[in-house]
Amino acid sequence: MTEPAEEIQAQETPEQDDRPVDLKKIQSILSSNSGARMRSWLDICARCGLCADSCFFYLANDKDPKLSPAYKVKSTVGEMYKRKGRVDRKFLREAYEVLWGQCTMCRRCSMFCPFGIDMAAMIGVGRAVCTSQGILPAGLAKAVENIRETGNQMAVSQEDWLETCEWMAEEYGEEIAGLTIPVDKKGVKYMFTVNPREPAFYPQDVGMMAQILHVAEESWTVPSTGWDSTNLAMFAANKEMAAYPVKLMYDKALELGVEQILVTECGHAYRSAAFEGPYFLGLPGGKPPLPVKHSVQLFWEYIVRDGRIKIDPEKKVTVPVTVQDPCNQSRSAGLSQMLRELSQALCADFRDMNPNREFNHCCGGGGGFIPMGAEFKKRRMISGKIKAEQIKATGAKIIIVPCHNCFDQITDLNKEYELGLKVVSFKELICESMIIPEKFIPKEEDEEPASQPGDDGGEE
Amino acid sequence: MQGLYDFLTGPALWLTFIIFFGGLLARGAFYWGLSLERDKIFWDHFDPVWSWRSIYHWLLPWGGVSFRQQPVFGLAFFLFHLCLLGIPVFLDAHNIMWEEYFGWSLPTLPDPVADWGVLVLLACVAFLFARRLVKPEVRILSTLWDYALLLLTAAPFVTGYLAYHQYGDYLTWLVLHILCSEVLMIIVPFSKLGHLMLFFFTRAFIGSDMGARRDQYGRLGARTW
Ligand code: SF4
Ligand code: SF4
Repeated sequence: MTEPAEEIQAQETPEQDDRPVDLKKIQSILSSNSGARMRSWLDICARCGLCADSCFFYLANDKDPKLSPAYKVKSTVGEMYKRKGRVDRKFLREAYEVLWGQCTMCRRCSMFCPFGIDMAAMIGVGRAVCTSQGILPAGLAKAVENIRETGNQMAVSQEDWLETCEWMAEEYGEEIAGLTIPVDKKGVKYMFTVNPREPAFYPQDVGMMAQILHVAEESWTVPSTGWDSTNLAMFAANKEMAAYPVKLMYDKALELGVEQILVTECGHAYRSAAFEGPYFLGLPGGKPPLPVKHSVQLFWEYIVRDGRIKIDPEKKVTVPVTVQDPCNQSRSAGLSQMLRELSQALCADFRDMNPNREFNHCCGGGGGFIPMGAEFKKRRMISGKIKAEQIKATGAKIIIVPCHNCFDQITDLNKEYELGLKVVSFKELICESMIIPEKFIPKEEDEEPASQPGDDGGEE
Repeated sequence: MQGLYDFLTGPALWLTFIIFFGGLLARGAFYWGLSLERDKIFWDHFDPVWSWRSIYHWLLPWGGVSFRQQPVFGLAFFLFHLCLLGIPVFLDAHNIMWEEYFGWSLPTLPDPVADWGVLVLLACVAFLFARRLVKPEVRILSTLWDYALLLLTAAPFVTGYLAYHQYGDYLTWLVLHILCSEVLMIIVPFSKLGHLMLFFFTRAFIGSDMGARRDQYGRLGARTW
């Protein structure tokens, strides 16, 4: 199962590209971002270097001082402001290497800076400048194009999405009686949104999620449009296109009158849907129009808080298990405690990495790195060394990874550093160990029917 | 020399205070206005409790996570700031001046404490200077101005120390002391030393953004310290 973006060829060599840059556009991006925060950050950085040790790029590359967060910011965005936007393509090409190739926007450094300078936000402005001049990783450019054309980053057609749901309802309904995947059902509690990787490559994720929701007797639906909660345009720093999938999703949720949007086990999807999306759309107060919940929180509620789903103690995992803290969940979304309690509920021998929770290290796959493809793979493997060492130190045999990008990165690190791990998602573990109540155990005679009329939501 | 002294302690001193406080205020007011227009994200999620936690911890010795990781630097950093702010404000000799100029004064430090404080501060400056030169990740960021600013910060203390102990000509050192202090104060609002004020703003932002903004619906905010 190859990640499609890996196949995208590296960009042509725009070093030879000496078209003039659009100075007006660059200056307007810089100026609209030049608020009190940006000015303060640029002015007061004490050049103390304390942020260096917080960045895994720096740590994994023999403490190359050029990889310290402050230097990366100073040499790119700092320079752009200093030169009042008067930069050329050569400069932007060099900045491109730093902005995408040396930072995953994981925000760890902000916690280590005495001023709390938000380096990732600054890197984002630098990316926006480059993107405005057509300088961005080919993988992200392709994703943005897909969003423009189809509303989702992998150009999965609506037909394919709905077929996947139907197919999974059938397949996973063989184990759970009455399982359906309702489409566009109005007035339910959750509208479940996914990463397009699921319909494209990992349909079982949709099937497993349906099993969990069904066993919990949840009121839910998948939408026929606006089902992609991920946002690679966000990492391309293309604000206009980043707004598009978010709008599709919010609009659909409001149209269906659901209570909440539910996001699959993906970190950046949650970041976009719950936190950044409202800003792409300019919503007042910076809040989404309805609450957005991450699957991890839902699972935690089901298993830890409410006991709506019971775990079979016999089926609890006994080998050592660790959990990956995705930056967009543990640091930037407050789910760290839930991740742990959920892991402990599913595994007898849970081992934490160190550092962990909001102080976790990025796996190296964030910020768009995975879909950025082959051009960036080598550095992704090098910078992932820190995560690989962290995992190794726990002695875990299984790692739970509740994020699609972390999942790919850790799967790659597993090979590269011979970690001998099994990489799983929460839903996989839950499906393997939850107690299926009597009424959901398929009876011999009705093994065939996958869905039962009446329970099917299609009200539209 | 006496004429210069009179100027520095007369009109120049008033001007210095006006530029120092006025500059900081003006910068603060400008940023305030700017933030309403371009930093909606700050106001959308501003939270006094999380802001305070984010500020307060970094004011404590080893209160910030970086200082716990680099405890020696953390200590030097803390003592440097403590002496830098504490000595000039609470020095006995200065408070006689406050009384004379403004009609009020503060509790004062015993002279020997202030005296030792200056030496501690100078030791910290030497350490910070050396660190800037020696550590690659700091050196690469440092400009000449960064080194100069550090020395400028030390200058009022060196000259004040020499004047107090009357090494050489007292009046010369005193005049130099006042001159250096005034120059430093004038620089503050317009340089990275503006962090004297902006520290509170940037910390409030990151504290609220990573804390309060995530600390809802049963989730936990992230500690930025
Ligand atoms: S955001 Fe993360 S990757 Fe980027 S500089 Fe900071 S610590 Fe390094
Ligand atoms: S820790 Fe903060 S103030 Fe120090 S160099 Fe890094 S960004 Fe600048």
